[in-house]
Amino acid sequence: MTVSIDGFTESTINVGGTGVTLLRSGSGPPLLVFHEELGHPGWLAWHADMAQDNALLLPVHPGFGQLPRADWVANVRDLAGFYSRMLREMALGPVDVIGFSLGGWIAAEMAAADAGQFRRMALVAPTGVRPPDGEILDLFILTARAYLDASVHDAAATPEFASLYGEETPEQFEAWEDARAESARLAWKPYMHNPSLPHLLEGVQGLPSLIVWGREDRIVPVSAGHAYNRAIAGSELLVLDKCGHRPEIEHTSEFVNRLRGFLAQE
Amino acid sequence: MHIMMFTERPYYDVPEDEIIRNASYFGIPNEHFNPDVGGQLYNSYFDEAVYAEQVGFDGIMLNEHHGTPFCMGAVMNIEAAVLARITERVKIVLLGNPLPVADPLRLAEELAMIDMISGGRLVPGWVRGAGSESIYNNANPAYNRELFNEAHDFIIKAWTEPGPFRFEGKHYHYRYVNPWVLPVQKPHPQMWIPGLVSQETVVWCARHKYPYLALATFLDPTLEMVKLYRDIAAEEGYESGPENFGYLQRIVVAETEEKAQEMGRAFMYGGGINAFARPEWMFPPGYNSKAATRRLARVSVDPNSGEETLVLKPTSTPEELEASRNDIYSRFQGEQDNLQLICGTPDTVIPKIRHIMETIRPGIFAMWHHHGPVSHEDRMTSIRLLGEEVLPAMRSIADELDLPGPYERLPGSRPLAVPVGG
Repeated sequence: MTVSIDGFTESTINVGGTGVTLLRSGSGPPLLVFHEELGHPGWLAWHADMAQDNALLLPVHPGFGQLPRADWVANVRDLAGFYSRMLREMALGPVDVIGFSLGGWIAAEMAAADAGQFRRMALVAPTGVRPPDGEILDLFILTARAYLDASVHDAAATPEFASLYGEETPEQFEAWEDARAESARLAWKPYMHNPSLPHLLEGVQGLPSLIVWGREDRIVPVSAGHAYNRAIAGSELLVLDKCGHRPEIEHTSEFVNRLRGFLAQE
Repeated sequence: MHIMMFTERPYYDVPEDEIIRNASYFGIPNEHFNPDVGGQLYNSYFDEAVYAEQVGFDGIMLNEHHGTPFCMGAVMNIEAAVLARITERVKIVLLGNPLPVADPLRLAEELAMIDMISGGRLVPGWVRGAGSESIYNNANPAYNRELFNEAHDFIIKAWTEPGPFRFEGKHYHYRYVNPWVLPVQKPHPQMWIPGLVSQETVVWCARHKYPYLALATFLDPTLEMVKLYRDIAAEEGYESGPENFGYLQRIVVAETEEKAQEMGRAFMYGGGINAFARPEWMFPPGYNSKAATRRLARVSVDPNSGEETLVLKPTSTPEELEASRNDIYSRFQGEQDNLQLICGTPDTVIPKIRHIMETIRPGIFAMWHHHGPVSHEDRMTSIRLLGEEVLPAMRSIADELDLPGPYERLPGSRPLAVPVGG
């Protein structure tokens, strides 16, 4: 069954017996999108912009939406392996990928295992690497609301933030709690990082990678961006001023321009 | 009826303003902890337990919480080990060990040692732990129920199956299980389970024939759980009765009504039980079932009990702090009106206790007899009055109402009555 949600078309695919909700929008070269730890936030301006020249493919991580989780997925590396299988079965690779926060960590794990799955990789303030300076804000001892409030540098100057998170409905609360629970299963300890990831990333060769960070990120300190940048050979680190953890909603046009430019390169 | 004494063993030498400002006992910086004061308190509480045995209590109930002045039982089994040696007759009732934050093999050994040292007086009990226990001990709350179930099954196996054996579970893995300490009570001690009327726990207890002890919950939801337990027991082919149920009651007894009111008011200190921990610490990710989360999303109630709770918020100004304090103490009379808190002299508390015994029909009755800043002298007076005047009255009511405890009638030992024509 296929239904439309905002600008996305929703369908369910089966990966080894686990159902995955797949959201699609636009046409052109496929761009795989991995969402963050509080779940898929909904239809955003950057989706609309990028869908003009890309076919966005956004899987809702199992356990984060309406479909049940895969019981054997115990950590982010397991989930990365699950998505590798999905790409193989959909004959998608090598594909362009962008991941946000936890979703960036998933992409980085996939690249570390087999960089050939991707053509180009964009990571937006990914978790996954322990920041050399500072700590990743602990989602698991905060309310979802407090975590979100810390996610942008200046909420008043971020209109999309208010429209996304202004009103908290019971359904929204439940969705956040589902997402927090599944994130806890994946990344409770060590919290939101994998000590072996930087070492494995050092083996990645020939994968063009763009790392985007907000200088004022209070969720994952920008020092982790420098660590990613050092680990991935030839990667580019873009640090945006007056920006927190959500460049895609805080500085949408600059974000989209840089992403377009990055993906347009051969 | 089995009657036991309970106290959280609070560390109350913390300014009340600190607790109200933080809207929570959990999370108060431990710069407010003085080990000398703590040490004296432990020993006072031990003295009071010994005195409770002397005046006629059947058991001493302990519990465990971490990182909070609300309860000093951070490692309850150490207190239990001391009681095993310094008491002679009372049951040592541990309600309960938080399984998801424990190492189950070590726990099996610790409890076996307590049972051995006490001469078979241990009553172990199991809990999931408050959400703050998961945070404090870094035990993944999203697996809390799985950890609980697996640890429970492992401990029973370690106590009852000859070793050595290997255990490969989902969460626990032991390559060589062969404990050289085992419980004196065979095949293992009775196990009692405390709870806040979560349906899942009640069903689990009924399936295992474990007595379920409701922790100072409202009478109506408690009664619903008694009925649920009875239905599940029937499915399992046995008749449940008072031996399957316990109730914890906050009850303050003093020589005069005025003194009892003063001591009862201390239960509200800093917000009392409503200030145990903030919501984000009570309900870490995945700790609640989806059904409990759904209830929590829609009404401001405890997701396990469905009861309305006082939700305190951290304060930053003196005005907010005073408003919070007023909110807390404005509830004192209401708590007494709905019998959540019983304060008085023996003569005035006994009819109220009788009402609870008639309503819930418990075979186990735990008396939470003080909280907050109450002196050792007042606590001793409370224990004396309970032992000399209240306990004899309760025993006679229990006989009249036929409320056997689990040591008078084994829980799950009565076959289901065959229905007429069946």
